[in-house]
Amino acid sequence: MGGDLGQAASTAIQMIVGADWRLWSVVFLSLKVSLAATVLATAIGLPLGALIALKSFPGRNLVTVILNACMGLPPVVVGLLVYLLLSRAGPLGPLGLLFTPGAMIVAQTLLVLPIVAAVTRQIIADAWGEYREQLTSLGAGPMQAAATLIYDCRFSLVTAVLAGFGRAAAEVGAVLVVGGNIDGVTRVMTTSIALETSKGDLPQALGLGIVLMALVLAINGIALALRSAGARQGA
Amino acid sequence: MSAESILPLALAEVGFSAGGTRILDGITVRFEAGPVSVILGSNGAGKSVLLRLCHGLLAPTAGRIAWHGGFAGDPRRRQAMVFQRPVMLRRSALANVVYGLALAGHARADRSAHARRMLERVGLLALAERPARLLSGGEQQRLALARAWALKPEVLFLDEPTANLDPSAARMVEEIVGAIAREGTKVIMTTHDLGQAKRLADEILFLHRGRLIERASKDAFFAGPSAPEAAAFLRGDLSWD
Repeated sequence: MGGDLGQAASTAIQMIVGADWRLWSVVFLSLKVSLAATVLATAIGLPLGALIALKSFPGRNLVTVILNACMGLPPVVVGLLVYLLLSRAGPLGPLGLLFTPGAMIVAQTLLVLPIVAAVTRQIIADAWGEYREQLTSLGAGPMQAAATLIYDCRFSLVTAVLAGFGRAAAEVGAVLVVGGNIDGVTRVMTTSIALETSKGDLPQALGLGIVLMALVLAINGIALALRSAGARQGA
Repeated sequence: MSAESILPLALAEVGFSAGGTRILDGITVRFEAGPVSVILGSNGAGKSVLLRLCHGLLAPTAGRIAWHGGFAGDPRRRQAMVFQRPVMLRRSALANVVYGLALAGHARADRSAHARRMLERVGLLALAERPARLLSGGEQQRLALARAWALKPEVLFLDEPTANLDPSAARMVEEIVGAIAREGTKVIMTTHDLGQAKRLADEILFLHRGRLIERASKDAFFAGPSAPEAAAFLRGDLSWD
Protein backbone atom coordinates (compact mmCIF):
# COMPACT_ATOMS: atom_id res chain seq x y z
CA MET A 1 0.00 0.00 0.00
CA GLY A 2 2.94 2.31 0.78
CA GLY A 3 4.14 1.71 -2.78
CA ASP A 4 0.68 2.55 -4.04
CA LEU A 5 0.68 5.82 -2.14
CA GLY A 6 4.10 6.82 -3.43
CA GLN A 7 3.07 5.90 -6.94
CA ALA A 8 -0.16 7.81 -6.46
CA ALA A 9 1.70 10.92 -5.39
CA SER A 10 3.98 10.79 -8.43
CA THR A 11 0.97 10.04 -10.65
CA ALA A 12 -0.82 13.04 -9.19
CA ILE A 13 2.22 15.25 -9.82
CA GLN A 14 2.53 13.93 -13.36
CA MET A 15 -1.17 14.58 -13.92
CA ILE A 16 -0.88 18.15 -12.71
CA VAL A 17 2.43 18.97 -14.36
CA GLY A 18 1.54 17.13 -17.56
CA ALA A 19 -1.70 19.12 -17.72
CA ASP A 20 -3.39 16.24 -19.45
CA TRP A 21 -6.39 17.83 -21.21
CA ARG A 22 -8.66 14.96 -20.22
CA LEU A 23 -7.82 15.50 -16.58
CA TRP A 24 -8.48 19.22 -16.81
CA SER A 25 -11.83 18.70 -18.51
CA VAL A 26 -12.84 16.38 -15.65
CA VAL A 27 -11.59 18.88 -13.05
CA PHE A 28 -13.30 21.75 -14.84
CA LEU A 29 -16.63 19.92 -15.06
CA SER A 30 -16.42 18.98 -11.37
CA LEU A 31 -15.88 22.60 -10.42
CA LYS A 32 -18.55 23.85 -12.80
CA VAL A 33 -21.23 21.47 -11.51
CA SER A 34 -20.44 21.87 -7.81
CA LEU A 35 -20.01 25.65 -7.96
CA ALA A 36 -23.23 26.09 -9.96
CA ALA A 37 -25.10 23.90 -7.47
CA THR A 38 -23.64 25.85 -4.55
CA VAL A 39 -24.56 29.20 -6.11
CA LEU A 40 -28.13 28.05 -6.79
CA ALA A 41 -28.52 26.52 -3.33
CA THR A 42 -27.10 29.70 -1.74
CA ALA A 43 -29.47 31.94 -3.70
CA ILE A 44 -32.42 29.91 -2.38
CA GLY A 45 -31.03 28.77 0.98
CA LEU A 46 -29.89 32.10 2.45
CA PRO A 47 -33.28 33.86 2.23
CA LEU A 48 -35.12 30.62 3.06
CA GLY A 49 -33.06 29.99 6.19
CA ALA A 50 -33.37 33.63 7.26
CA LEU A 51 -37.14 33.68 6.84
CA ILE A 52 -37.57 30.45 8.80
CA ALA A 53 -35.49 32.05 11.56
CA LEU A 54 -37.42 35.34 11.60
CA LYS A 55 -41.04 34.53 10.81
CA SER A 56 -43.05 32.56 13.30
CA PHE A 57 -45.59 30.28 11.70
CA PRO A 58 -47.34 27.10 12.80
CA GLY A 59 -45.10 24.08 12.32
CA ARG A 60 -41.86 26.05 12.38
CA ASN A 61 -40.18 23.60 14.75
CA LEU A 62 -41.19 20.70 12.52
CA VAL A 63 -39.78 22.48 9.46
CA THR A 64 -36.55 23.10 11.35
CA VAL A 65 -36.24 19.45 12.35
CA ILE A 66 -36.89 18.27 8.78
CA LEU A 67 -34.44 20.81 7.39
CA ASN A 68 -31.74 19.73 9.83
CA ALA A 69 -32.40 16.06 9.05
CA CYS A 70 -32.11 16.77 5.31
CA MET A 71 -28.48 17.81 5.84
CA GLY A 72 -27.78 14.09 5.99
CA LEU A 73 -29.74 13.07 2.87
CA PRO A 74 -28.02 10.11 1.17
CA PRO A 75 -26.74 11.39 -2.20
CA VAL A 76 -27.73 8.17 -3.95
CA VAL A 77 -31.33 8.61 -2.82
CA VAL A 78 -31.39 12.23 -4.01
CA GLY A 79 -29.89 11.02 -7.29
CA LEU A 80 -32.61 8.41 -7.60
CA LEU A 81 -35.39 10.97 -6.97
CA VAL A 82 -33.95 13.36 -9.53
CA TYR A 83 -33.52 10.42 -11.93
CA LEU A 84 -37.22 9.59 -11.57
CA LEU A 85 -38.18 13.24 -12.14
CA LEU A 86 -35.97 13.62 -15.21
CA SER A 87 -36.34 10.20 -16.78
CA ARG A 88 -38.16 10.03 -20.08
CA ALA A 89 -41.42 8.94 -18.41
CA GLY A 90 -40.98 11.34 -15.48
CA PRO A 91 -42.76 14.68 -15.01
CA LEU A 92 -39.71 16.67 -16.12
CA GLY A 93 -38.68 14.14 -18.79
CA PRO A 94 -39.43 16.48 -21.73
CA LEU A 95 -36.60 18.76 -20.58
CA GLY A 96 -34.14 16.10 -21.73
CA LEU A 97 -31.78 16.80 -18.86
CA LEU A 98 -30.99 13.24 -17.77
CA PHE A 99 -27.30 12.28 -18.27
CA THR A 100 -26.29 15.92 -18.78
CA PRO A 101 -24.35 18.27 -16.47
CA GLY A 102 -27.66 20.09 -15.95
CA ALA A 103 -29.13 17.06 -14.21
CA MET A 104 -26.03 16.83 -12.02
CA ILE A 105 -26.43 20.49 -11.02
CA VAL A 106 -30.08 19.91 -10.10
CA ALA A 107 -29.21 16.88 -7.96
CA GLN A 108 -26.34 18.60 -6.16
CA THR A 109 -28.45 21.72 -5.58
CA LEU A 110 -30.96 19.54 -3.72
CA LEU A 111 -28.12 18.10 -1.64
CA VAL A 112 -26.57 21.47 -0.80
CA LEU A 113 -29.78 23.43 -0.20
CA PRO A 114 -30.65 21.88 3.21
CA ILE A 115 -27.12 22.49 4.46
CA VAL A 116 -27.07 26.16 3.46
CA ALA A 117 -30.63 26.77 4.70
CA ALA A 118 -30.20 24.92 8.01
CA VAL A 119 -26.88 26.54 8.95
CA THR A 120 -28.19 29.95 7.83
CA ARG A 121 -31.30 29.49 9.96
CA GLN A 122 -29.17 28.80 13.03
CA ILE A 123 -26.81 31.73 12.46
CA ILE A 124 -29.64 34.18 11.74
CA ALA A 125 -31.73 32.94 14.69
CA ASP A 126 -28.80 33.57 17.05
CA ALA A 127 -28.19 37.04 15.64
CA TRP A 128 -31.92 37.87 15.77
CA GLY A 129 -31.82 37.42 19.53
CA GLU A 130 -29.39 40.33 19.66
CA TYR A 131 -30.93 42.50 16.91
CA ARG A 132 -34.66 41.92 17.37
CA GLU A 133 -35.58 44.86 19.60
CA GLN A 134 -33.33 47.34 17.81
CA LEU A 135 -34.59 46.45 14.32
CA THR A 136 -38.21 46.36 15.49
CA SER A 137 -37.74 49.76 17.11
CA LEU A 138 -36.33 51.18 13.87
CA GLY A 139 -39.38 49.84 12.03
CA ALA A 140 -37.86 46.99 10.01
CA GLY A 141 -40.34 44.46 8.60
CA PRO A 142 -39.47 40.76 8.29
CA MET A 143 -37.99 41.09 4.79
CA GLN A 144 -35.86 44.11 5.75
CA ALA A 145 -34.74 42.37 8.93
CA ALA A 146 -33.79 39.25 6.95
CA ALA A 147 -31.75 41.29 4.46
CA THR A 148 -30.04 43.21 7.27
CA LEU A 149 -29.15 40.07 9.20
CA ILE A 150 -27.85 38.25 6.11
CA TYR A 151 -25.63 41.24 5.39
CA ASP A 152 -24.47 41.60 8.99
CA CYS A 153 -23.74 37.86 9.33
CA ARG A 154 -22.07 37.61 5.92
CA PHE A 155 -18.74 36.40 7.26
CA SER A 156 -20.34 33.67 9.37
CA LEU A 157 -22.57 32.66 6.49
CA VAL A 158 -19.48 31.93 4.38
CA THR A 159 -19.16 28.83 6.57
CA ALA A 160 -22.63 27.67 5.56
CA VAL A 161 -21.79 28.10 1.88
CA LEU A 162 -18.43 26.34 2.25
CA ALA A 163 -20.03 23.40 4.02
CA GLY A 164 -22.46 23.16 1.13
CA PHE A 165 -19.69 23.33 -1.47
CA GLY A 166 -17.71 20.66 0.37
CA ARG A 167 -20.72 18.38 0.29
CA ALA A 168 -21.23 18.94 -3.44
CA ALA A 169 -17.58 18.47 -4.40
CA ALA A 170 -17.22 15.30 -2.34
CA GLU A 171 -20.36 13.38 -3.24
CA VAL A 172 -20.42 10.69 -5.89
CA GLY A 173 -23.81 8.98 -5.58
CA ALA A 174 -26.06 11.68 -7.00
CA VAL A 175 -23.89 12.71 -9.96
CA LEU A 176 -23.27 9.06 -10.83
CA VAL A 177 -26.98 8.18 -10.91
CA VAL A 178 -28.21 11.22 -12.87
CA GLY A 179 -25.06 11.88 -14.89
CA GLY A 180 -24.05 8.33 -15.75
CA ASN A 181 -20.27 9.01 -15.68
CA ILE A 182 -20.12 9.40 -19.46
CA ASP A 183 -16.55 10.04 -20.59
CA GLY A 184 -16.14 13.60 -21.79
CA VAL A 185 -19.77 14.53 -21.00
CA THR A 186 -20.67 13.89 -17.37
CA ARG A 187 -17.48 12.43 -15.90
CA VAL A 188 -16.33 14.34 -12.84
CA MET A 189 -13.55 13.73 -10.34
CA THR A 190 -15.52 11.65 -7.85
CA THR A 191 -17.05 9.40 -10.52
CA SER A 192 -13.61 9.01 -12.12
CA ILE A 193 -12.16 7.96 -8.78
CA ALA A 194 -14.92 5.38 -8.32
CA LEU A 195 -14.36 4.08 -11.86
CA GLU A 196 -10.55 3.88 -11.63
CA THR A 197 -10.85 2.13 -8.26
CA SER A 198 -13.23 -0.49 -9.65
CA LYS A 199 -10.88 -0.97 -12.64
CA GLY A 200 -8.04 -1.55 -10.18
CA ASP A 201 -6.04 1.55 -11.26
CA LEU A 202 -5.44 2.70 -7.70
CA PRO A 203 -2.61 5.18 -8.44
CA GLN A 204 -4.82 6.98 -10.95
CA ALA A 205 -7.70 6.98 -8.43
CA LEU A 206 -5.53 8.28 -5.60
CA GLY A 207 -3.95 10.88 -7.87
CA LEU A 208 -7.40 12.23 -8.72
CA GLY A 209 -8.27 12.16 -5.03
CA ILE A 210 -5.23 14.30 -4.23
CA VAL A 211 -6.18 16.84 -6.91
CA LEU A 212 -9.76 16.98 -5.57
CA MET A 213 -8.66 17.54 -2.00
CA ALA A 214 -6.15 20.20 -3.07
CA LEU A 215 -8.94 22.08 -4.86
CA VAL A 216 -11.30 21.94 -1.88
CA LEU A 217 -8.47 23.07 0.41
CA ALA A 218 -7.62 25.97 -1.90
CA ILE A 219 -11.23 27.19 -2.01
CA ASN A 220 -11.55 26.95 1.77
CA GLY A 221 -8.26 28.80 2.18
CA ILE A 222 -9.42 31.65 -0.05
CA ALA A 223 -12.71 31.87 1.87
CA LEU A 224 -10.95 31.97 5.22
CA ALA A 225 -8.61 34.70 3.99
CA LEU A 226 -11.60 36.77 2.85
CA ARG A 227 -13.32 36.20 6.16
CA SER A 228 -10.40 37.25 8.31
CA ALA A 229 -9.78 40.28 6.11
CA GLY A 230 -13.37 41.28 6.83
CA ALA A 231 -13.02 40.58 10.54
CA ARG A 232 -9.90 42.76 10.73
CA GLN A 233 -11.95 45.67 9.48
CA GLY A 234 -14.48 44.92 12.18
CA ALA A 235 -17.08 44.68 9.48
CA MET B 1 -51.86 69.79 21.97
CA SER B 2 -51.81 69.91 18.17
CA ALA B 3 -53.76 67.37 16.15
CA GLU B 4 -50.54 66.08 14.58
CA SER B 5 -49.05 65.07 17.90
CA ILE B 6 -48.98 61.47 19.10
CA LEU B 7 -48.91 62.76 22.68
CA PRO B 8 -50.25 62.44 25.28
CA LEU B 9 -49.52 58.76 25.85
CA ALA B 10 -52.07 57.26 28.20
CA LEU B 11 -51.71 53.99 30.10
CA ALA B 12 -54.81 52.64 31.85
CA GLU B 13 -54.47 49.88 34.44
CA VAL B 14 -51.59 48.37 32.48
CA GLY B 15 -50.15 45.11 33.73
CA PHE B 16 -47.58 42.71 32.38
CA SER B 17 -46.97 39.13 33.43
CA ALA B 18 -44.48 36.62 32.03
CA GLY B 19 -44.24 32.97 32.98
CA GLY B 20 -46.65 33.43 35.89
CA THR B 21 -44.63 36.30 37.35
CA ARG B 22 -46.34 39.65 37.61
CA ILE B 23 -43.80 42.25 36.50
CA LEU B 24 -46.05 45.31 36.24
CA ASP B 25 -49.44 45.86 37.79
CA GLY B 26 -52.10 48.57 37.64
CA ILE B 27 -50.03 51.27 35.94
CA THR B 28 -52.21 54.27 35.11
CA VAL B 29 -50.31 57.29 33.87
CA ARG B 30 -50.33 60.00 31.20
CA PHE B 31 -47.20 61.31 29.54
CA GLU B 32 -47.64 64.86 28.23
CA ALA B 33 -45.40 66.66 25.79
CA GLY B 34 -42.66 68.71 27.38
CA PRO B 35 -41.05 67.65 30.64
CA VAL B 36 -38.28 65.07 30.78
CA SER B 37 -39.84 62.10 32.58
CA VAL B 38 -37.43 59.93 34.52
CA ILE B 39 -38.62 56.53 35.72
CA LEU B 40 -36.72 55.73 38.85
CA GLY B 41 -36.55 52.49 40.78
CA SER B 42 -34.27 49.68 41.82
CA ASN B 43 -33.26 46.72 39.66
CA GLY B 44 -36.22 44.50 38.92
CA ALA B 45 -38.79 47.21 39.62
CA GLY B 46 -40.10 46.86 36.06
CA LYS B 47 -38.64 50.05 34.54
CA SER B 48 -37.34 48.47 31.33
CA VAL B 49 -40.54 46.49 30.80
CA LEU B 50 -42.58 49.68 31.20
CA LEU B 51 -40.54 51.44 28.50
CA ARG B 52 -40.88 48.44 26.17
CA LEU B 53 -44.65 48.42 26.67
CA CYS B 54 -44.86 52.14 25.89
CA HIS B 55 -42.68 51.73 22.79
CA GLY B 56 -44.68 48.74 21.60
CA LEU B 57 -41.92 46.14 21.81
CA LEU B 58 -44.07 44.22 24.31
CA ALA B 59 -47.84 43.96 24.49
CA PRO B 60 -49.50 44.48 27.88
CA THR B 61 -51.22 41.45 29.39
CA ALA B 62 -53.73 43.75 31.13
CA GLY B 63 -55.04 47.27 30.57
CA ARG B 64 -54.52 49.42 27.54
CA ILE B 65 -51.98 51.82 26.10
CA ALA B 66 -53.11 54.57 23.75
CA TRP B 67 -51.40 57.36 21.89
CA HIS B 68 -53.30 60.56 21.22
CA GLY B 69 -56.48 59.61 19.40
CA GLY B 70 -56.44 62.47 16.91
CA PHE B 71 -53.16 61.37 15.36
CA ALA B 72 -53.64 59.93 11.90
CA GLY B 73 -50.88 57.52 10.92
CA ASP B 74 -48.53 55.06 12.58
CA PRO B 75 -47.35 56.33 15.99
CA ARG B 76 -44.38 53.94 15.72
CA ARG B 77 -42.90 56.22 13.09
CA ARG B 78 -42.83 59.11 15.55
CA GLN B 79 -40.90 57.48 18.38
CA ALA B 80 -37.46 56.02 18.87
CA MET B 81 -35.67 54.07 21.57
CA VAL B 82 -32.09 53.82 22.74
CA PHE B 83 -31.20 50.67 24.65
CA GLN B 84 -28.88 50.02 27.54
CA ARG B 85 -26.65 48.04 25.19
CA PRO B 86 -26.92 49.63 21.77
CA VAL B 87 -26.98 47.21 18.84
CA MET B 88 -24.53 48.44 16.24
CA LEU B 89 -24.89 47.08 12.73
CA ARG B 90 -21.71 45.69 11.17
CA ARG B 91 -21.01 48.72 9.05
CA SER B 92 -19.59 52.20 9.49
CA ALA B 93 -20.85 54.68 12.07
CA LEU B 94 -22.27 56.81 9.26
CA ALA B 95 -23.99 53.80 7.66
CA ASN B 96 -25.68 53.00 10.96
CA VAL B 97 -27.36 56.41 10.99
CA VAL B 98 -28.16 56.16 7.26
CA TYR B 99 -29.75 52.75 7.89
CA GLY B 100 -32.23 54.22 10.37
CA LEU B 101 -33.05 57.04 7.97
CA ALA B 102 -33.62 54.58 5.13
CA LEU B 103 -36.07 52.51 7.20
CA ALA B 104 -37.89 55.72 8.15
CA GLY B 105 -38.28 56.63 4.48
CA HIS B 106 -36.01 59.70 4.61
CA ALA B 107 -35.27 61.10 1.14
CA ARG B 108 -32.39 59.08 -0.30
CA ALA B 109 -30.46 62.06 -1.63
CA ASP B 110 -30.28 63.71 1.79
CA ARG B 111 -29.60 60.65 3.98
CA SER B 112 -25.83 60.87 4.01
CA ALA B 113 -25.68 64.61 4.57
CA HIS B 114 -28.29 64.47 7.32
CA ALA B 115 -26.46 61.55 8.99
CA ARG B 116 -23.21 63.54 8.94
CA ARG B 117 -24.92 66.52 10.59
CA MET B 118 -26.20 64.20 13.32
CA LEU B 119 -22.76 62.64 13.84
CA GLU B 120 -21.34 66.14 14.18
CA ARG B 121 -23.90 66.97 16.86
CA VAL B 122 -22.83 64.00 18.98
CA GLY B 123 -19.14 64.64 18.34
CA LEU B 124 -18.53 61.59 16.15
CA LEU B 125 -18.02 63.16 12.73
CA ALA B 126 -14.32 62.32 12.79
CA LEU B 127 -15.22 58.65 13.29
CA ALA B 128 -17.91 58.54 10.58
CA GLU B 129 -16.15 55.94 8.46
CA ARG B 130 -15.02 53.80 11.42
CA PRO B 131 -16.75 50.38 11.77
CA ALA B 132 -19.39 50.98 14.44
CA ARG B 133 -18.51 47.81 16.35
CA LEU B 134 -14.96 49.05 16.88
CA LEU B 135 -16.12 52.20 18.69
CA SER B 136 -15.87 52.42 22.49
CA GLY B 137 -18.95 51.87 24.64
CA GLY B 138 -19.51 55.60 25.11
CA GLU B 139 -19.04 56.30 21.40
CA GLN B 140 -21.48 53.52 20.54
CA GLN B 141 -24.10 54.99 22.86
CA ARG B 142 -23.61 58.47 21.33
CA LEU B 143 -23.96 56.86 17.89
CA ALA B 144 -27.18 55.16 19.03
CA LEU B 145 -28.45 58.58 20.16
CA ALA B 146 -27.52 60.11 16.81
CA ARG B 147 -29.31 57.28 15.00
CA ALA B 148 -32.44 57.86 17.06
CA TRP B 149 -32.24 61.67 17.02
CA ALA B 150 -31.83 61.69 13.23
CA LEU B 151 -35.38 60.38 12.96
CA LYS B 152 -36.66 63.59 14.65
CA PRO B 153 -38.82 61.52 16.99
CA GLU B 154 -41.58 63.18 18.92
CA VAL B 155 -40.91 60.81 21.80
CA LEU B 156 -37.54 59.23 22.67
CA PHE B 157 -37.34 56.32 25.10
CA LEU B 158 -34.01 55.75 26.83
CA ASP B 159 -33.42 52.59 28.83
CA GLU B 160 -30.57 53.09 31.34
CA PRO B 161 -28.51 54.76 28.61
CA THR B 162 -25.41 55.20 30.76
CA ALA B 163 -25.50 52.04 32.90
CA ASN B 164 -22.40 50.57 31.25
CA LEU B 165 -20.41 53.78 30.83
CA ASP B 166 -17.67 55.48 32.77
CA PRO B 167 -18.52 58.88 34.32
CA SER B 168 -17.10 61.07 31.55
CA ALA B 169 -18.78 59.05 28.80
CA ALA B 170 -22.00 59.16 30.84
CA ARG B 171 -21.79 62.97 31.07
CA MET B 172 -21.43 63.27 27.30
CA VAL B 173 -24.51 61.11 26.85
CA GLU B 174 -26.41 63.24 29.37
CA GLU B 175 -25.49 66.42 27.50
CA ILE B 176 -26.82 64.95 24.28
CA VAL B 177 -30.04 63.82 25.98
CA GLY B 178 -30.45 67.33 27.36
CA ALA B 179 -30.00 68.82 23.89
CA ILE B 180 -32.54 66.42 22.40
CA ALA B 181 -35.07 67.42 25.07
CA ARG B 182 -34.41 71.15 24.56
CA GLU B 183 -35.14 70.77 20.85
CA GLY B 184 -38.64 69.60 21.66
CA THR B 185 -38.47 65.81 21.81
CA LYS B 186 -40.32 64.31 24.74
CA VAL B 187 -37.77 62.21 26.66
CA ILE B 188 -38.92 59.27 28.78
CA MET B 189 -35.99 57.49 30.39
CA THR B 190 -35.20 54.99 33.09
CA THR B 191 -32.29 55.14 35.46
CA HIS B 192 -31.26 53.97 38.89
CA ASP B 193 -28.65 56.74 39.06
CA LEU B 194 -29.93 59.45 41.41
CA GLY B 195 -27.37 62.01 40.23
CA GLN B 196 -28.44 61.49 36.65
CA ALA B 197 -32.10 61.83 37.62
CA LYS B 198 -31.32 65.15 39.35
CA ARG B 199 -29.41 66.44 36.34
CA LEU B 200 -31.88 65.44 33.62
CA ALA B 201 -35.35 65.07 35.07
CA ASP B 202 -38.23 67.51 35.15
CA GLU B 203 -40.47 64.96 36.79
CA ILE B 204 -39.86 61.65 38.55
CA LEU B 205 -41.98 58.51 38.37
CA PHE B 206 -41.01 56.04 41.08
CA LEU B 207 -41.60 52.36 40.39
CA HIS B 208 -41.47 49.81 43.16
CA ARG B 209 -42.09 46.11 42.56
CA GLY B 210 -44.08 46.65 39.42
CA ARG B 211 -46.28 49.44 40.76
CA LEU B 212 -46.09 53.15 40.17
CA ILE B 213 -46.17 54.47 43.67
CA GLU B 214 -45.15 58.10 43.27
CA ARG B 215 -45.08 60.79 40.63
CA ALA B 216 -43.75 64.22 41.49
CA SER B 217 -41.75 67.11 40.12
CA LYS B 218 -38.02 66.62 40.51
CA ASP B 219 -37.73 69.25 43.24
CA ALA B 220 -40.63 67.86 45.24
CA PHE B 221 -39.38 64.31 44.91
CA PHE B 222 -35.85 65.02 46.04
CA ALA B 223 -37.04 67.39 48.78
CA GLY B 224 -38.95 64.51 50.32
CA PRO B 225 -41.04 61.88 48.58
CA SER B 226 -44.32 60.96 50.18
CA ALA B 227 -44.03 57.20 49.61
CA PRO B 228 -41.91 55.47 52.27
CA GLU B 229 -40.40 53.11 49.64
CA ALA B 230 -39.21 56.11 47.62
CA ALA B 231 -37.73 57.71 50.74
CA ALA B 232 -35.93 54.45 51.51
CA PHE B 233 -34.62 54.31 47.93
CA LEU B 234 -33.26 57.85 48.25
CA ARG B 235 -31.55 56.96 51.54
CA GLY B 236 -30.07 53.88 49.90
CA ASP B 237 -31.71 51.57 52.40
CA LEU B 238 -31.57 47.88 51.73
CA SER B 239 -34.84 46.05 51.93
CA TRP B 240 -34.87 42.30 51.72
CA ASP B 241 -38.51 41.66 52.45
